[in-house]
Amino acid sequence: MTPADDACLIEARDLSLARAGRTIVDRVSLCVRRGEIVTLIGPNGAGKTTLARLLLGLDAPDAGGVRRAPGLVVGYLPQRIAVDPAMPLRVRGFLGLAGAGRGAASRIADPDKRAALAEVGAGGLMDAAVAALSGGEMQRVLLARALLRRPDFLVLDEPTAGVDYAGEAELYDLIAGLKDRYNMGILMISHDLHVVMAATHRVVCLNGHVCCSGTPEAVSRHPEYRALFGDRVAESLAFYTHHHTHRHAPDGSVVEGDPDGHA
Amino acid sequence: MPDAWLDDFLVRALLAGLAVAVAAGPLGCFVVWRRMAYFGAALSHAALLGVAAGVALGVAPGAGILVTCMGVAVALVFLQEQGHLATDTLLGILAHGTLALGLVVLGLMQGVRVDLLGYLFGDILAVNRADLAWIGGGALVALGVLAFLWRPLLTITVHADLARAEGIPVLTVRLAFMLLIAAVIAMAMKIVGVLLIVALLVIPPAAVRPFAPSPEAAALGAAGVGAVSVAGGLGASLVWDTPAGPSIVVVATALFLLSLLAGGRRVA
Repeated sequence: MTPADDACLIEARDLSLARAGRTIVDRVSLCVRRGEIVTLIGPNGAGKTTLARLLLGLDAPDAGGVRRAPGLVVGYLPQRIAVDPAMPLRVRGFLGLAGAGRGAASRIADPDKRAALAEVGAGGLMDAAVAALSGGEMQRVLLARALLRRPDFLVLDEPTAGVDYAGEAELYDLIAGLKDRYNMGILMISHDLHVVMAATHRVVCLNGHVCCSGTPEAVSRHPEYRALFGDRVAESLAFYTHHHTHRHAPDGSVVEGDPDGHA
Repeated sequence: MPDAWLDDFLVRALLAGLAVAVAAGPLGCFVVWRRMAYFGAALSHAALLGVAAGVALGVAPGAGILVTCMGVAVALVFLQEQGHLATDTLLGILAHGTLALGLVVLGLMQGVRVDLLGYLFGDILAVNRADLAWIGGGALVALGVLAFLWRPLLTITVHADLARAEGIPVLTVRLAFMLLIAAVIAMAMKIVGVLLIVALLVIPPAAVRPFAPSPEAAALGAAGVGAVSVAGGLGASLVWDTPAGPSIVVVATALFLLSLLAGGRRVA
């Protein structure tokens, strides 16, 4: 982990948003710095995606504000992309669109595309049809596309949805490595309460408002977090952050022995 | 006169038809990829109100169509942004509300005879030099604007939020695209008529789908299929004395069916 820069790349102050009379995001303040991974967790309907949309400028808050560092380049990985099967778009062409927001001058050359794909472990996908990519392949292609834009700040919305457990750990490792290489700040949304990645600097537990935030260890011990997710889930989060040699079955139990042999 | 060959009504019909086909093909690709066929149908219904308004105000029907279609496009974007009703419901309201209003306005104008059939099914053989000039010019402008919008439009077609997060002005691009469709519909009305315009937008891209390796190739192929349909339809209408506009659409449909056979074999 690289030490985090002090200034916020992006800062939310007292963000609130209500929809149809229901408060979805309630006075949330948040700061993501360069070289830092912040993970948003919370139950369904906790406002994680809405908060990310506010930070990305996709929705306007009812109150509060978002401040971005000047010239901030944002990369965004949506959870899934549904390309109409009638659209003959291949990964090569999709990557070529990475600079579409910056005018016609921003053509991306094939060697750069190939390098970006290789970097995310998707070297063979250059001529694959975008509509036919699996969930994990799509996340890697989206990651490559984001990297081609040289982002300062990356938002990932549940990047491991539709990825199996082994692939999940791999994807988290990849993201952590890229974060260091590109010196980005990362905001990650996770529905995944069992496997919040070890490289996370801070976990923000959201349930409309910020329940608690801190290191994964601190959050997992926080009474509000335990009240929200239950003690069993809290335990599995706590020991994952301490031991990385085992995997978890879908119910959260440990399926491979770990060297410490704890229960 | 150096351009005496333009005196031939068939030459004018062919050129106007080709111009519309070449503009409609690439635009139609986005209509298909963005699933906006019903939007095209709604605009073409609204075009009849444009004709009525044009006649009532004493301006060219083409101008009336353009303004009305653009009005409907803007109204649709506005209503979509409200987010209360699904797009197909909004389109149903706009399509039939404007069509009915157009018919009422036409009915109210006593003593004015409008060739309703010509607007419904097109009258390509009656294209005059002025029509040809503005259809040709319109096609060039539409293609130029589409080329300019190409990459942002592709990006928002893949994922609108992704495009917006990366700084593409999504609403502006969407609006510009809708205005382009409005313009093409205004041009195509003379060629195939209100009822068949959507065919020129949707069938050629569908026919090239199995063969296109990229969006750019699909756009070029759709323009080609459209052009062949126009030439074939005009030829058929000349030989067998069939109505020209519908013949064009029949040829396009036949090409689509052929592509199904050829495309199926290609996959297998």
